[in-house]
Amino acid sequence: MNVITAFAYLLASVLFILGLMMLSSPKTARRGNMLGATGMLIAIVVTLTDQRVIDYTYIIAGLIIGGTIGLTLAVRVKMTAMPQLVGMLNGFGGGASAMVAYAEYLRMGDSAAFAGVDVLITMGLGLLIGTLTFFGSMIAAAKLQGTIGGAPVLYPLQKQSNALLLLVVVVLIVLFVLDPSKSYLLPIIIGLAAILGVTSVIPIGGADMPVVISLMNSYSGLAGAMTGFVLSNNVLIIAGTLVGTSGIILTNIMCKAMNRSLGNVLFAGVGTDYQGPAAETEQRTVVRYTPDDAAFMLENAQSVIIIPGYGLAVAQAQHVLQELASNLIARGKTVRYAIHPVAGRMPGHMNVLLAEANVPYDLLLEMDQINDDFQNTDVALIIGANDVVNPAARYKKDSPLYGMPILNADFAQTVMVCKRSLNPGFAGEDNELFYNKKTMMVFGDAKATVTGLVQLLKQ
Amino acid sequence: MTETLMVSIYIFVLATFVGVEIISKVPPLLHTPLMSGSNAISGITLVGSLIAAGEGHAQLSMYLGLAAVILATINVVGGFLVTDRMLGMFKKQPTKNVEEQKK
Repeated sequence: MNVITAFAYLLASVLFILGLMMLSSPKTARRGNMLGATGMLIAIVVTLTDQRVIDYTYIIAGLIIGGTIGLTLAVRVKMTAMPQLVGMLNGFGGGASAMVAYAEYLRMGDSAAFAGVDVLITMGLGLLIGTLTFFGSMIAAAKLQGTIGGAPVLYPLQKQSNALLLLVVVVLIVLFVLDPSKSYLLPIIIGLAAILGVTSVIPIGGADMPVVISLMNSYSGLAGAMTGFVLSNNVLIIAGTLVGTSGIILTNIMCKAMNRSLGNVLFAGVGTDYQGPAAETEQRTVVRYTPDDAAFMLENAQSVIIIPGYGLAVAQAQHVLQELASNLIARGKTVRYAIHPVAGRMPGHMNVLLAEANVPYDLLLEMDQINDDFQNTDVALIIGANDVVNPAARYKKDSPLYGMPILNADFAQTVMVCKRSLNPGFAGEDNELFYNKKTMMVFGDAKATVTGLVQLLKQ
Repeated sequence: MTETLMVSIYIFVLATFVGVEIISKVPPLLHTPLMSGSNAISGITLVGSLIAAGEGHAQLSMYLGLAAVILATINVVGGFLVTDRMLGMFKKQPTKNVEEQKK
């Protein structure tokens, strides 16, 4: 590597770090992303001038094909489908890293026998992690897209067979490191890693996909870092490591927000698809209110906190909800949104969905920022959310929700819930908040209900 | 242990600390763009793909390189563009309303 290339890669690394630093505020985030892209461009251009590159046919073809697909995906994707897209992109990054590692082995040819142990180890790990990321991410994306069912696919001895598979792959990597001339080992490693990618993600339920996507994000970075070791390329190591840590941190945040350990998410096989009404055995009464009652309540409220859940996005009611919020703000009321970390289908997803509906980001408050304000709030308006406001999480020790941090909606003067039915949420736990005296249940489709409210308020 | 490897390990370890430090400062508001944007950055593996695709050594290695270039480019182009698209949606409230909110 000549001096210019080395410095260009250093510059790219610095731009990546600066870019990520600027993501700390929505004001600078967009420029930060640009900086990252600039860093990438510099790295690519410098690489193209590398003296090892002698044939540009495949490079140009690859850049054009990949660029076109990437552009189309980015422009076309709906914000609700963002988790699938990010999942797929993670997979592509992992897959590319695995292929580079393999290509490097083929390039070495017979000289692989003289390669350092470090190169061989990271080559094997890069192949394993990259391939696993590719196939795991594709399964996760397919589950999110609904191409395959979101329900956990379980079979006997699943954990044991996966553990065995992983062990076999590791043994094969060790054999490969001991004797790198055994070229037939690599395709077997790739094949087994592919199977492991599939079998380790299919037992995970659709509701847990945010965790899987975050974890795959981390893996894709790690695969890149491993490839960096193989190629002795520091920019790959730095960028890959940054992404690896980012993914792990997000994974951790998601697990905490769901009150689950990573092991529980990965191996417990919980988190089913939306099921039909789970037998409503208890005949507790809820008080049904009409949109007129709700509109009256809102008109007389001074402060409103809106709690959106994914049901809001399913009903495509974000835009009309923002119309309702603007109307209330125009009347001098304080309106804010309380966003639970698992409100969407990936970390931060709900914020993007609401930003798309022109909700100003300074009205979007995270749980810790707003949870103390509920007690001084007139109306907590819950739309399409359930588990994240279920008070059972605080005290009911036998509940699957127990210990999960929730939004203190029940501390507000009045709780207004827009919901299709009384069906429990993902956790299958009945929500006692719905039966509370101060709760107004307004049944119906979220979009229709909110549209009705907007019209009533305009009168 | 070679010196190159030692340096690489240093970089790996230090980058982990930098990563933790920076990423924990990103607010949950921006976690989705963080994911898609960092994802695009992990497309840096494109650098390796380009060399594999352009070296003109073994045919198979170049085909692998081509496939890797395609996947990594989708990752890079798609990732940065979609992040930009998302971040473009994040707007602050017009100042007039902010005053009202603050009261």
